[in-house]
Amino acid sequence: MEDSIRILRINGPIIWSYGDTPLKIGEQVFVGNLQLIAEVIGIEADHTIIQVYEDTIELKPGEPVYPTGLPLSIELAPGLISSIFDGIGRPLDYLATKEGDFLKRGTHSEGLDREKKWEFTPSVKKGDLISGGEIIGNVKETSLFNHRILLPPSISGRVVSVREHDEYTIEDEILQIETSKGTESVSMLQKWPVRTSRPFIKRLQNKKMLFTGQRVLDFLFPIPKGGVAAIPGGFGTGKTVTQHQLAKWSDADIIIYVGCGERGNEMTQVLTEFPELVDPVTERPLMERTILIANTSNMPVTARESSIYTGITLAEYFRDQGYDVAVMADSTSRWAEALREISGRLEEMPAEQGYPAYLGSRLAEFYERAGSVLALSHREGSVSIIGAVSPAGSDFSEPVTQNTKRFIGAFWALSKELASARHFPAISWTDSYSEYIENVKPWWDQFGNDKWSSFRNRMMYLLTEDQRLQQIIKIIGADSLPDDQRLILETAKLIKQGFLQQSAINPNDAYSSIEKQMSLAELILYYYDESRELLKKGIPVIRIWALPITTEILRIKDKTPKGEEHFISELKSRINKEFSELKTRY
Amino acid sequence: MSVKEYTGVERINGPLLVVSGTKDIGFGEIVEVLDRNSEKRLGQVLIADMNFVLVQVFEGTKNLDSPATKVRFIGKSVQFAVGKGILGRIFDGLGRLRDNLPPYLAEDFLSVNGLPINPIKRQYPEDFIQTGISSIDGLNTLIRGQKLPIFSGAGLPSHRLAAQIATQSRLLGGEDFVVVFAAMGVKNDLAEFFVEKLSQTSGSSRSVFFLNLANEPAIERIITPRCALTAAEYLAYTLGMHVLVIMIDMTSYCEALRETAIAKEEVPSQKGYPGYLYSDLASLYERTGRIKGRSGSITQIAILTMPNDDISHPVPDLTGYITEGQIVLDRRLYGLGINPPINVLPSLSRLMKDGIGKDKTREDHVNLSSQLYAAYAKVHEIRALAAIIGEEDLSSLDRSYIEFGNRFEKEFIGQGFDVERKLEETLNLGWSILRILPRSELTRVTEEEIERYL
Repeated sequence: MEDSIRILRINGPIIWSYGDTPLKIGEQVFVGNLQLIAEVIGIEADHTIIQVYEDTIELKPGEPVYPTGLPLSIELAPGLISSIFDGIGRPLDYLATKEGDFLKRGTHSEGLDREKKWEFTPSVKKGDLISGGEIIGNVKETSLFNHRILLPPSISGRVVSVREHDEYTIEDEILQIETSKGTESVSMLQKWPVRTSRPFIKRLQNKKMLFTGQRVLDFLFPIPKGGVAAIPGGFGTGKTVTQHQLAKWSDADIIIYVGCGERGNEMTQVLTEFPELVDPVTERPLMERTILIANTSNMPVTARESSIYTGITLAEYFRDQGYDVAVMADSTSRWAEALREISGRLEEMPAEQGYPAYLGSRLAEFYERAGSVLALSHREGSVSIIGAVSPAGSDFSEPVTQNTKRFIGAFWALSKELASARHFPAISWTDSYSEYIENVKPWWDQFGNDKWSSFRNRMMYLLTEDQRLQQIIKIIGADSLPDDQRLILETAKLIKQGFLQQSAINPNDAYSSIEKQMSLAELILYYYDESRELLKKGIPVIRIWALPITTEILRIKDKTPKGEEHFISELKSRINKEFSELKTRY
Repeated sequence: MSVKEYTGVERINGPLLVVSGTKDIGFGEIVEVLDRNSEKRLGQVLIADMNFVLVQVFEGTKNLDSPATKVRFIGKSVQFAVGKGILGRIFDGLGRLRDNLPPYLAEDFLSVNGLPINPIKRQYPEDFIQTGISSIDGLNTLIRGQKLPIFSGAGLPSHRLAAQIATQSRLLGGEDFVVVFAAMGVKNDLAEFFVEKLSQTSGSSRSVFFLNLANEPAIERIITPRCALTAAEYLAYTLGMHVLVIMIDMTSYCEALRETAIAKEEVPSQKGYPGYLYSDLASLYERTGRIKGRSGSITQIAILTMPNDDISHPVPDLTGYITEGQIVLDRRLYGLGINPPINVLPSLSRLMKDGIGKDKTREDHVNLSSQLYAAYAKVHEIRALAAIIGEEDLSSLDRSYIEFGNRFEKEFIGQGFDVERKLEETLNLGWSILRILPRSELTRVTEEEIERYL
């Protein structure tokens, strides 16, 4: 029976099969004598098209194809946190113990440990009427993280029996439930097809700020929890460093980092660095809230295509437990290229630059899985997506960047010029935007004494003026400008170097607290206001710049650790002192 | 595995041929194609179907005819015979000996495609390599296990820079590299230059050569880097050596890939290159690095020619997205006689930050390089201004930047191809040039560093 499907043709990661057993679109199958993992992607009159998630070298026509009847799914249960999976949800540490240092083929593995016991505390009792997606108990997965066990969304009914507080494996029965179809046994483990979004009660407005500790993002181009941002940038502009910074410091409960078609060493870096870094809020190792999906550029391209879905499905599962989850997808362009490659092998008619015509709709499907929701568990949760985009030739008019722009709310454009001047993060203040200003304004007002909007507007004004003046300088030189305009240039320099630049490796500045962001902004604008007073008295702008306080403002961010933000506000009195001394000399 | 032989091919198109009536031929299998005179050439299966196979012939299809051509399937994919004896030997583009010396003892036959390293088994590279070149050591540090390509232009001396790196590179501990050299579509004299230079300095038993020259079959180039990397992996991970792989010229490699893709009538993406160019390049570049618990390492320097000096051309562009930085050569500097003509602004080493600083190189290295970068970037702005208003009208600060820029280029970058500088010398030189600028401009370095080093 199983042998009735055979391989007809092999072209790279795509195979054609023929046979009597009908296969479904999206069904997971095993291909060839090695039983490589694969998925059905097309059905035609006399053959079926299958994409294989492993290298197909030496595979032969005539070898069997084994159906499973199930869609490509991942396992959801305690044990996910701190793990690293490949693009189709296989744990890489398990593959390493089984296959050694290199990834071989045909290794089937369960996503999660079947032996490990978890301490389960039930939260429902016999006789309760419960519906799909509700919380039935808790497992303390790490010291930081409480894994809420959910009833699978498809089951609802009356609880017949519940296991008491004890240790169970993820496959042990913890609950029996009387449903319309009879009594069902429920364990902690559930499977979910990656290409299907998980259900919820309703969508909510995104109101909570996703605080990232990165000044240029939080202050100028913020996103809320449940929001969607894209980071486009040519190579070397710092996409990955920015993604790493966000994964480290943003205040989501769970971080899912999808390394999609990127460098192997970058995943290694996360794996070595994160266990040593401490979350600024909870003070626990960052790894205790992180899950990694690693499908590096040299791993099969088809699994790269699915890695994005694996990541977002995990995110939805934690969202349904009532958590705020942030997904970092690095890079969505590699995913789009995987689509292009598969589409090309299928000989589909291409749209722009060889990309398939459905590129836009696939991107929309992915980004629309973000958002704040009221989950079936009656808790509020959110999925935020931050997708890196790697435009070919750094040209933002290419199809992936353009299609991405249609579905996102914040655009953090990385600039090659800033990167060459080693201005990091190289996020351009002229090309970037955020549509979420109104969403997060209440949040900022609450912490920043209603000053944030005006500070932000003034900074953006100065930066915009600076850009205009820079054009003029290019023609006539800075010395020919009047002093009030030269002051704008100098203040913009302070904003750029003393506020927007933020070193990812300086321990004092890698994470910038709300207080630090507010007081730095206030300090620089105070310097500007006071300098204008001096100009009115006829003091030349050059004399103001020459004061030691100017350099000190540039350096203060690097010297101020978290908890010592008063260093910054104290500089205000130094401005007063040095400025009044200057006044006496005129 | 049994050998299967078929006589007669159905269709010949560019480097491709279609053989019908085949049975049980695997995808990616190696193929021997024999012409009318039984001259043998090699190929590989690109599409395996129940009834036919599509074969890519590495050495081209010239002089093949439809009825008399014999096609022989060996039943395995392309392999390379590894063994200690490969050191000091010269191979052709398909991994066959070309030095007319007796064969070596093959210890294993490995598929040239290699296998991806499991990301959790990688060891993060952070050991500084001293190349003796200031613009690399000081500003774009090379790290052991890094892939750092050189982006060159037609006529620029990338080969001399590559040779300089290959001969001068050492770890601060003092261990030397074994060099694996892959030439793809390289001119005869250039290949000769490398063979001579490397054999001279590092001793002939410290290098392995894979040469596909400009006048040799183009499609062969698809296999050349794979053979070289298989050899490198064997030397690094089995024999525990530190291997430096030099691959030149990746642009020729990509052109061979494009030739096959077009012959196969695949949908092109940019400039006719296939949509999988990124994945294909990644399958080469990612074969670099270190593995936990194994003592060897692979460091990779791929050299490519930017057509028309265009860094946004698909080959340099996709390369830059995969590799851990790039060294960019500059025609203006070369014209000014500044050698090696490295333009440091678009150059980058991504692994630098973890391999330098206190306890690794010197405590001031991080900030010093950042300061030199910032100042040199400013020089470019001021030069653009000077081009309009003239140098006389510049402010005195701007004039000091111009002077800084000139000395930085002449002394720091332009050390010459034969000069080797210790890291200490590089850093001190950087500080001494910074003295031209007023102290208030040095905002990237700390006050303590200024006190100590300026």
